[in-house]
Amino acid sequence: MININNLNFGYSKQKPLFKNMSMRLSNGHIYGLLGKNGAGKSTLLKNLAGLVYAQSGTLDVMGYDPAKRQPALLEQICFIPEEFYLPSVKIDAYIKANAPFYKNFDHNYFADLIKEFDIPVEQKLINMSYGQKKKVIIAFGLATQAKLVIMDEPTNGLDIPSKAQFRKIMASAMTDERCIIISTHQVRDLDNLIDTVIMLDENDIALKATVEEITAKLTFKKVKEIDNSIIYAEPSLSGYNAVMPNYHQEESKLDMELLFNAILAEKIKFKPLFS
Amino acid sequence: MEFRDNKAIYLQIAEYVCEHILLGKWKAEEKVPSVRELAVELEVNPNTVMRTYELLQNKNIINNKRGIGFFITDDAIDHVKSYRKVLFMEDELPVVFRNIYLLNISFGELESRYKTFVKENFNA
Repeated sequence: MININNLNFGYSKQKPLFKNMSMRLSNGHIYGLLGKNGAGKSTLLKNLAGLVYAQSGTLDVMGYDPAKRQPALLEQICFIPEEFYLPSVKIDAYIKANAPFYKNFDHNYFADLIKEFDIPVEQKLINMSYGQKKKVIIAFGLATQAKLVIMDEPTNGLDIPSKAQFRKIMASAMTDERCIIISTHQVRDLDNLIDTVIMLDENDIALKATVEEITAKLTFKKVKEIDNSIIYAEPSLSGYNAVMPNYHQEESKLDMELLFNAILAEKIKFKPLFS
Repeated sequence: MEFRDNKAIYLQIAEYVCEHILLGKWKAEEKVPSVRELAVELEVNPNTVMRTYELLQNKNIINNKRGIGFFITDDAIDHVKSYRKVLFMEDELPVVFRNIYLLNISFGELESRYKTFVKENFNA
Protein backbone atom coordinates (compact mmCIF):
# COMPACT_ATOMS: atom_id res chain seq x y z
CA MET A 1 0.00 0.00 0.00
CA ILE A 2 2.70 2.48 1.10
CA ASN A 3 6.44 2.33 0.60
CA ILE A 4 8.67 5.04 2.03
CA ASN A 5 12.32 4.93 1.06
CA ASN A 6 15.05 7.15 2.53
CA LEU A 7 12.67 10.05 3.02
CA ASN A 8 14.29 13.35 3.91
CA PHE A 9 12.09 16.22 4.85
CA GLY A 10 12.25 19.46 6.82
CA TYR A 11 10.44 22.78 6.70
CA SER A 12 13.82 24.49 6.72
CA LYS A 13 17.26 23.27 5.64
CA GLN A 14 18.71 23.79 9.13
CA LYS A 15 16.06 21.72 10.92
CA PRO A 16 15.48 18.36 9.25
CA LEU A 17 12.39 16.52 10.52
CA PHE A 18 13.01 13.15 8.87
CA LYS A 19 16.44 11.78 8.01
CA ASN A 20 16.56 8.77 5.66
CA MET A 21 13.29 7.39 6.95
CA SER A 22 12.06 4.12 5.44
CA MET A 23 8.87 2.21 6.20
CA ARG A 24 6.29 -0.07 4.58
CA LEU A 25 2.60 -0.02 5.43
CA SER A 26 0.07 -2.51 4.17
CA ASN A 27 -3.68 -2.77 3.90
CA GLY A 28 -5.82 -4.53 6.48
CA HIS A 29 -4.32 -2.63 9.40
CA ILE A 30 -5.06 0.27 11.70
CA TYR A 31 -1.74 1.96 12.41
CA GLY A 32 -1.40 4.19 15.44
CA LEU A 33 1.12 6.96 14.84
CA LEU A 34 2.64 8.23 18.08
CA GLY A 35 5.28 10.83 18.85
CA LYS A 36 5.98 13.85 21.01
CA ASN A 37 4.76 17.30 19.97
CA GLY A 38 6.84 18.38 17.01
CA ALA A 39 8.13 14.86 16.26
CA GLY A 40 6.59 15.12 12.77
CA LYS A 41 3.41 13.03 12.97
CA SER A 42 1.26 15.49 11.03
CA THR A 43 4.10 16.16 8.61
CA LEU A 44 4.51 12.47 7.82
CA LEU A 45 0.77 12.23 7.15
CA LYS A 46 0.94 15.30 4.90
CA ASN A 47 3.79 13.70 2.94
CA LEU A 48 1.63 10.63 2.33
CA ALA A 49 -1.35 12.70 1.23
CA GLY A 50 0.71 14.84 -1.17
CA LEU A 51 0.27 18.03 0.85
CA VAL A 52 4.00 18.61 1.32
CA TYR A 53 6.88 17.32 -0.80
CA ALA A 54 9.93 15.28 0.15
CA GLN A 55 13.38 16.87 -0.26
CA SER A 56 14.81 13.53 -1.30
CA GLY A 57 13.88 9.87 -1.18
CA THR A 58 10.82 8.18 -2.63
CA LEU A 59 7.24 7.81 -1.53
CA ASP A 60 5.04 5.22 -3.20
CA VAL A 61 1.35 5.22 -2.31
CA MET A 62 -0.67 2.58 -4.18
CA GLY A 63 1.79 2.83 -7.06
CA TYR A 64 1.65 6.64 -7.27
CA ASP A 65 3.92 9.43 -6.14
CA PRO A 66 1.64 11.55 -3.91
CA ALA A 67 3.63 14.72 -4.74
CA LYS A 68 2.27 14.52 -8.30
CA ARG A 69 -1.26 14.85 -6.90
CA GLN A 70 -2.88 12.72 -9.60
CA PRO A 71 -6.70 12.53 -9.25
CA ALA A 72 -6.61 8.71 -9.52
CA LEU A 73 -4.63 8.62 -6.27
CA LEU A 74 -6.29 11.54 -4.49
CA GLU A 75 -9.75 9.98 -4.84
CA GLN A 76 -8.36 6.98 -2.93
CA ILE A 77 -7.10 9.06 -0.02
CA CYS A 78 -9.25 10.31 2.81
CA PHE A 79 -7.38 12.84 4.91
CA ILE A 80 -8.89 14.13 8.16
CA PRO A 81 -6.63 16.96 9.32
CA GLU A 82 -6.48 18.23 12.87
CA GLU A 83 -7.17 21.80 11.80
CA PHE A 84 -9.62 22.46 9.01
CA TYR A 85 -11.99 25.02 7.57
CA LEU A 86 -15.58 24.35 6.59
CA PRO A 87 -17.54 26.86 4.50
CA SER A 88 -20.75 28.69 5.36
CA VAL A 89 -23.08 26.18 3.68
CA LYS A 90 -25.33 23.34 4.82
CA ILE A 91 -24.33 19.69 4.53
CA ASP A 92 -26.33 19.17 1.29
CA ALA A 93 -24.43 21.89 -0.53
CA TYR A 94 -21.11 20.70 0.83
CA ILE A 95 -21.75 17.19 -0.47
CA LYS A 96 -22.90 18.48 -3.84
CA ALA A 97 -19.67 20.43 -4.24
CA ASN A 98 -17.21 17.86 -2.89
CA ALA A 99 -18.56 14.33 -3.34
CA PRO A 100 -18.15 14.35 -7.17
CA PHE A 101 -14.36 14.28 -6.69
CA TYR A 102 -14.70 10.76 -5.29
CA LYS A 103 -16.26 8.41 -7.80
CA ASN A 104 -17.08 5.75 -5.17
CA PHE A 105 -18.73 8.21 -2.76
CA ASP A 106 -21.48 6.36 -0.86
CA HIS A 107 -24.34 8.80 -0.18
CA ASN A 108 -26.40 6.33 1.86
CA TYR A 109 -23.46 5.50 4.11
CA PHE A 110 -22.79 9.22 4.60
CA ALA A 111 -26.44 9.76 5.61
CA ASP A 112 -26.19 6.83 8.06
CA LEU A 113 -23.03 8.25 9.66
CA ILE A 114 -24.49 11.75 9.97
CA LYS A 115 -27.52 10.25 11.69
CA GLU A 116 -25.38 8.09 13.98
CA PHE A 117 -23.25 11.11 14.92
CA ASP A 118 -26.40 13.12 15.58
CA ILE A 119 -25.42 16.03 13.29
CA PRO A 120 -28.05 18.76 12.71
CA VAL A 121 -28.41 18.75 8.91
CA GLU A 122 -30.23 22.08 8.75
CA GLN A 123 -27.40 24.01 10.34
CA LYS A 124 -24.65 25.73 8.39
CA LEU A 125 -21.29 24.00 8.79
CA ILE A 126 -19.53 27.17 9.91
CA ASN A 127 -21.95 27.56 12.86
CA MET A 128 -21.38 24.06 14.18
CA SER A 129 -19.18 23.30 17.17
CA TYR A 130 -15.65 22.02 16.53
CA GLY A 131 -16.72 18.49 17.51
CA GLN A 132 -19.72 18.55 15.16
CA LYS A 133 -17.58 19.81 12.27
CA LYS A 134 -15.06 17.10 12.98
CA LYS A 135 -17.78 14.47 12.83
CA VAL A 136 -18.96 15.86 9.47
CA ILE A 137 -15.51 15.53 7.91
CA ILE A 138 -14.99 12.08 9.42
CA ALA A 139 -18.33 10.97 7.93
CA PHE A 140 -17.44 12.55 4.60
CA GLY A 141 -13.98 10.97 4.59
CA LEU A 142 -15.24 7.47 5.29
CA ALA A 143 -18.08 7.81 2.77
CA THR A 144 -15.53 8.48 0.01
CA GLN A 145 -14.66 4.75 0.33
CA ALA A 146 -11.01 5.74 -0.02
CA LYS A 147 -8.53 2.89 0.45
CA LEU A 148 -6.07 5.01 2.42
CA VAL A 149 -7.64 6.65 5.46
CA ILE A 150 -5.43 9.15 7.28
CA MET A 151 -6.67 10.76 10.48
CA ASP A 152 -4.79 13.35 12.49
CA GLU A 153 -6.05 13.37 16.10
CA PRO A 154 -9.58 12.29 15.12
CA THR A 155 -10.95 12.06 18.67
CA ASN A 156 -9.94 15.62 19.59
CA GLY A 157 -13.09 17.59 20.29
CA LEU A 158 -15.41 14.57 20.29
CA ASP A 159 -17.68 14.23 23.32
CA ILE A 160 -17.86 10.99 25.32
CA PRO A 161 -20.66 9.25 23.36
CA SER A 162 -19.11 10.35 20.06
CA LYS A 163 -15.81 8.70 20.96
CA ALA A 164 -17.55 5.36 21.46
CA GLN A 165 -19.46 5.84 18.17
CA PHE A 166 -16.19 6.70 16.46
CA ARG A 167 -14.58 3.47 17.71
CA LYS A 168 -17.53 1.42 16.47
CA ILE A 169 -17.46 3.17 13.09
CA MET A 170 -13.71 2.59 12.71
CA ALA A 171 -14.03 -1.09 13.72
CA SER A 172 -16.54 -1.54 10.93
CA ALA A 173 -14.61 0.63 8.43
CA MET A 174 -11.47 -1.49 8.74
CA THR A 175 -11.46 -3.91 5.82
CA ASP A 176 -8.75 -6.01 4.18
CA GLU A 177 -8.53 -3.49 1.32
CA ARG A 178 -8.07 -0.47 3.55
CA CYS A 179 -5.05 1.01 5.28
CA ILE A 180 -5.95 3.26 8.18
CA ILE A 181 -3.38 5.52 9.85
CA ILE A 182 -4.38 7.43 12.96
CA SER A 183 -2.09 9.86 14.73
CA THR A 184 -3.01 10.48 18.32
CA HIS A 185 -1.99 11.65 21.75
CA GLN A 186 -5.23 10.28 23.18
CA VAL A 187 -4.06 6.66 23.17
CA ARG A 188 -6.63 5.63 25.76
CA ASP A 189 -9.37 6.61 23.29
CA LEU A 190 -8.02 4.34 20.60
CA ASP A 191 -5.65 1.71 21.96
CA ASN A 192 -7.96 -1.25 21.32
CA LEU A 193 -8.44 -0.16 17.69
CA ILE A 194 -4.76 0.09 16.84
CA ASP A 195 -3.08 -3.14 15.72
CA THR A 196 0.33 -1.70 14.82
CA VAL A 197 2.22 1.02 16.66
CA ILE A 198 4.47 3.45 14.81
CA MET A 199 6.46 5.79 16.99
CA LEU A 200 8.40 8.75 15.67
CA ASP A 201 11.35 10.15 17.55
CA GLU A 202 14.59 11.93 16.70
CA ASN A 203 14.02 12.26 12.95
CA ASP A 204 13.21 8.61 12.42
CA ILE A 205 10.95 5.71 13.31
CA ALA A 206 11.74 4.68 16.88
CA LEU A 207 9.39 1.69 16.74
CA LYS A 208 7.12 -0.02 14.25
CA ALA A 209 5.62 -3.25 15.55
CA THR A 210 2.27 -4.98 15.86
CA VAL A 211 0.63 -5.19 19.27
CA GLU A 212 1.17 -8.95 19.02
CA GLU A 213 4.93 -8.53 18.41
CA ILE A 214 5.26 -6.00 21.24
CA THR A 215 3.46 -8.15 23.81
CA ALA A 216 5.38 -11.24 22.69
CA LYS A 217 8.62 -9.47 23.59
CA LEU A 218 7.51 -7.30 26.49
CA THR A 219 5.32 -7.76 29.56
CA PHE A 220 3.34 -4.87 30.97
CA LYS A 221 2.33 -5.34 34.57
CA LYS A 222 1.93 -3.94 38.02
CA VAL A 223 4.75 -4.83 40.39
CA LYS A 224 5.33 -4.10 44.07
CA GLU A 225 9.08 -3.60 43.84
CA ILE A 226 11.58 -2.72 41.15
CA ASP A 227 14.31 -5.19 40.26
CA ASN A 228 16.94 -5.58 37.55
CA SER A 229 14.63 -7.28 35.05
CA ILE A 230 12.52 -4.12 34.69
CA ILE A 231 13.30 -1.92 31.72
CA TYR A 232 11.11 0.98 32.74
CA ALA A 233 8.61 1.66 35.52
CA GLU A 234 6.31 4.42 36.68
CA PRO A 235 4.99 4.69 40.23
CA SER A 236 1.29 3.97 40.68
CA LEU A 237 -1.12 3.66 43.61
CA SER A 238 -0.35 0.00 44.26
CA GLY A 239 3.35 -0.08 43.39
CA TYR A 240 4.69 0.41 39.88
CA ASN A 241 3.47 0.00 36.31
CA ALA A 242 6.40 -1.75 34.72
CA VAL A 243 7.71 -2.88 31.35
CA MET A 244 10.03 -5.87 31.28
CA PRO A 245 11.19 -8.53 28.85
CA ASN A 246 8.57 -11.24 28.43
CA TYR A 247 10.58 -14.12 29.89
CA HIS A 248 7.63 -16.36 30.77
CA GLN A 249 5.47 -16.02 27.64
CA GLU A 250 2.91 -13.98 29.54
CA GLU A 251 0.09 -12.48 27.54
CA SER A 252 -0.26 -9.03 29.00
CA LYS A 253 -2.25 -6.09 27.69
CA LEU A 254 -0.14 -3.49 25.92
CA ASP A 255 -0.11 -0.22 27.88
CA MET A 256 0.54 2.22 25.04
CA GLU A 257 1.21 5.24 27.24
CA LEU A 258 3.70 3.31 29.31
CA LEU A 259 5.39 1.98 26.15
CA PHE A 260 5.60 5.50 24.77
CA ASN A 261 7.27 6.89 27.89
CA ALA A 262 9.48 3.82 28.16
CA ILE A 263 10.83 4.24 24.65
CA LEU A 264 11.50 7.94 25.16
CA ALA A 265 13.36 7.21 28.39
CA GLU A 266 15.18 3.98 27.50
CA LYS A 267 15.72 4.11 23.75
CA ILE A 268 18.92 2.10 23.82
CA LYS A 269 17.38 -0.81 25.70
CA PHE A 270 14.52 -1.15 23.20
CA LYS A 271 16.58 -0.91 20.01
CA PRO A 272 17.86 -4.54 20.03
CA LEU A 273 14.39 -5.92 20.84
CA PHE A 274 12.70 -4.57 17.72
CA SER A 275 15.31 -4.42 15.00
CA MET B 1 -17.65 -4.55 27.76
CA GLU B 2 -15.17 -3.22 30.30
CA PHE B 3 -11.64 -4.47 29.60
CA ARG B 4 -9.28 -5.08 32.49
CA ASP B 5 -5.74 -3.86 32.16
CA ASN B 6 -3.78 -6.97 33.03
CA LYS B 7 -4.51 -9.39 30.21
CA ALA B 8 -4.26 -9.32 26.42
CA ILE B 9 -7.49 -8.05 24.86
CA TYR B 10 -7.87 -11.08 22.59
CA LEU B 11 -7.85 -13.35 25.66
CA GLN B 12 -10.41 -11.17 27.43
CA ILE B 13 -12.64 -11.46 24.35
CA ALA B 14 -12.17 -15.25 24.45
CA GLU B 15 -13.38 -15.21 28.06
CA TYR B 16 -16.35 -13.10 27.00
CA VAL B 17 -17.32 -15.67 24.36
CA CYS B 18 -16.77 -18.58 26.80
CA GLU B 19 -18.93 -16.83 29.40
CA HIS B 20 -21.75 -16.51 26.85
CA ILE B 21 -21.50 -20.23 26.10
CA LEU B 22 -21.40 -21.30 29.77
CA LEU B 23 -24.40 -19.11 30.59
CA GLY B 24 -26.31 -20.63 27.68
CA LYS B 25 -26.70 -17.30 25.85
CA TRP B 26 -24.91 -18.80 22.85
CA LYS B 27 -25.89 -22.41 22.31
CA ALA B 28 -24.26 -25.39 20.63
CA GLU B 29 -24.34 -25.33 16.83
CA GLU B 30 -25.53 -21.70 16.77
CA LYS B 31 -23.76 -19.07 14.68
CA VAL B 32 -21.61 -16.61 16.63
CA PRO B 33 -21.36 -12.91 15.66
CA SER B 34 -19.09 -12.29 12.68
CA VAL B 35 -15.61 -10.92 13.34
CA ARG B 36 -16.77 -7.47 12.24
CA GLU B 37 -19.98 -7.53 14.28
CA LEU B 38 -18.14 -8.44 17.47
CA ALA B 39 -15.36 -5.91 16.75
CA VAL B 40 -17.97 -3.15 16.38
CA GLU B 41 -19.82 -4.22 19.52
CA LEU B 42 -16.65 -4.31 21.61
CA GLU B 43 -15.02 -1.30 19.85
CA VAL B 44 -11.83 -3.21 19.03
CA ASN B 45 -9.75 -3.91 15.94
CA PRO B 46 -11.25 -6.75 13.83
CA ASN B 47 -7.77 -8.36 13.67
CA THR B 48 -7.97 -8.79 17.46
CA VAL B 49 -11.32 -10.59 17.24
CA MET B 50 -9.89 -12.75 14.43
CA ARG B 51 -7.08 -13.75 16.78
CA THR B 52 -9.66 -14.68 19.44
CA TYR B 53 -11.62 -16.78 16.96
CA GLU B 54 -8.45 -18.58 15.85
CA LEU B 55 -7.69 -19.42 19.49
CA LEU B 56 -11.25 -20.66 20.09
CA GLN B 57 -11.05 -22.74 16.92
CA ASN B 58 -7.85 -24.37 18.19
CA LYS B 59 -9.67 -25.17 21.43
CA ASN B 60 -12.55 -26.73 19.45
CA ILE B 61 -14.99 -24.25 20.97
CA ILE B 62 -16.05 -22.76 17.63
CA ASN B 63 -15.55 -23.92 14.07
CA ASN B 64 -15.43 -22.13 10.78
CA LYS B 65 -17.92 -23.15 8.13
CA ARG B 66 -16.43 -21.66 5.02
CA GLY B 67 -18.46 -18.90 3.50
CA ILE B 68 -21.09 -19.00 6.26
CA GLY B 69 -19.24 -18.01 9.41
CA PHE B 70 -18.24 -19.29 12.82
CA PHE B 71 -20.43 -21.72 14.78
CA ILE B 72 -20.38 -23.06 18.35
CA THR B 73 -19.29 -26.72 18.28
CA ASP B 74 -21.75 -29.31 19.62
CA ASP B 75 -19.51 -30.15 22.59
CA ALA B 76 -18.33 -26.56 23.13
CA ILE B 77 -19.32 -26.49 26.82
CA ASP B 78 -16.91 -29.33 27.65
CA HIS B 79 -14.10 -27.62 25.76
CA VAL B 80 -14.84 -24.27 27.43
CA LYS B 81 -14.76 -25.92 30.84
CA SER B 82 -11.41 -27.61 30.28
CA TYR B 83 -9.94 -24.40 28.78
CA ARG B 84 -11.23 -22.30 31.67
CA LYS B 85 -10.09 -24.87 34.22
CA VAL B 86 -6.50 -24.61 33.01
CA LEU B 87 -6.67 -20.81 33.18
CA PHE B 88 -8.16 -20.93 36.68
CA MET B 89 -5.54 -23.35 37.97
CA GLU B 90 -2.67 -21.37 36.47
CA ASP B 91 -3.77 -17.76 36.97
CA GLU B 92 -6.37 -17.43 39.68
CA LEU B 93 -5.79 -20.29 42.11
CA PRO B 94 -2.24 -19.26 43.08
CA VAL B 95 -3.58 -15.84 44.14
CA VAL B 96 -6.33 -17.47 46.22
CA PHE B 97 -3.87 -19.95 47.73
CA ARG B 98 -1.53 -17.12 48.67
CA ASN B 99 -4.31 -15.33 50.55
CA ILE B 100 -5.49 -18.53 52.23
CA TYR B 101 -1.95 -19.08 53.46
CA LEU B 102 -1.29 -15.49 54.53
CA LEU B 103 -4.61 -15.14 56.32
CA ASN B 104 -4.43 -18.59 57.87
CA ILE B 105 -7.87 -19.71 56.68
CA SER B 106 -8.80 -23.32 57.37
CA PHE B 107 -10.10 -25.69 54.70
CA GLY B 108 -13.07 -26.42 56.95
CA GLU B 109 -14.14 -22.79 56.88
CA LEU B 110 -13.59 -22.65 53.12
CA GLU B 111 -15.72 -25.72 52.55
CA SER B 112 -18.70 -24.42 54.49
CA ARG B 113 -18.43 -21.02 52.79
CA TYR B 114 -18.20 -22.70 49.40
CA LYS B 115 -21.38 -24.71 50.09
CA THR B 116 -23.27 -21.59 51.18
CA PHE B 117 -22.07 -19.74 48.09
CA VAL B 118 -23.27 -22.48 45.74
CA LYS B 119 -26.62 -22.64 47.53
CA GLU B 120 -27.18 -18.88 47.37
CA ASN B 121 -26.04 -18.38 43.79
CA PHE B 122 -26.93 -21.55 41.94
CA ASN B 123 -29.72 -23.11 44.10
CA ALA B 124 -27.91 -26.41 43.95
